[in-house]
Amino acid sequence: MNDNEKDREIKELLRQAIAPVKDTELRRDLWPQMLRKLDEPSASMRNVPWFDWALAAILSAVLLLFPGTIPALLYHL
Amino acid sequence: MRLLEQFAAGDPEAFEALFRQHQKEVYCWIVRIVRDGGIAEDLTVETFWRIYKSRARFRPDGNFRAWARRIATNAALDHLRSSRHETELPEDLPGAPREDPALRGEQRKQLKEAFYQLPPKYRLVATLALIEEETYESIAQAAGISAGLVKIRVFRAVRMLRKKLSPLRVEAVAK
Repeated sequence: MNDNEKDREIKELLRQAIAPVKDTELRRDLWPQMLRKLDEPSASMRNVPWFDWALAAILSAVLLLFPGTIPALLYHL
Repeated sequence: MRLLEQFAAGDPEAFEALFRQHQKEVYCWIVRIVRDGGIAEDLTVETFWRIYKSRARFRPDGNFRAWARRIATNAALDHLRSSRHETELPEDLPGAPREDPALRGEQRKQLKEAFYQLPPKYRLVATLALIEEETYESIAQAAGISAGLVKIRVFRAVRMLRKKLSPLRVEAVAK
């Protein structure tokens, strides 16, 4: 079996294993939920916990010290 | 057109009108990506929240539907990224299962696992192209990438699945 046939086989198996979503109907009005979201106080920089800042600092340091990891990181994003 | 101008100018009533016009369509698109009704509802609200926040950047002569779909796709992709390591396999989602008697039990589970472990950007295009059977062009527009890149990502997703499933001897299963 060549590569193209194997690819086709995988696609077919995938379609058999995972069905397309048939029930895509929205059953309720989401406007009340939207209104609640609009009423929420907006998140500001001050609301970010200190450990998130620490994590961001560590990540930045790692990327600066080991720039070779950037392509690997982008690949996995 | 007037409604879009009012929305871009920050009129809350215009935003509500657009929300009510488009919420079903946005939900329908998102649920096909995330495959969970509850999550899709939350992401629909998140999508409109992003739309509301960026209203000043919207050009009233532009296509609101396409813009909303693009934002919805990004919101769904962000969800796939954030939930990547905690995704539980949805147990037969709403929809008619396309069962094959030869594909069952452990093999079916492993195929699903492999699929849900795909990197999010590959899972997004593979879900839409291979399961939901959307065209490359519509996926490209929604994801803000070229149709060629969609094709490449689908190809790579299939190759990743093949690699992960090699112990399954898929050729034998497919028979």
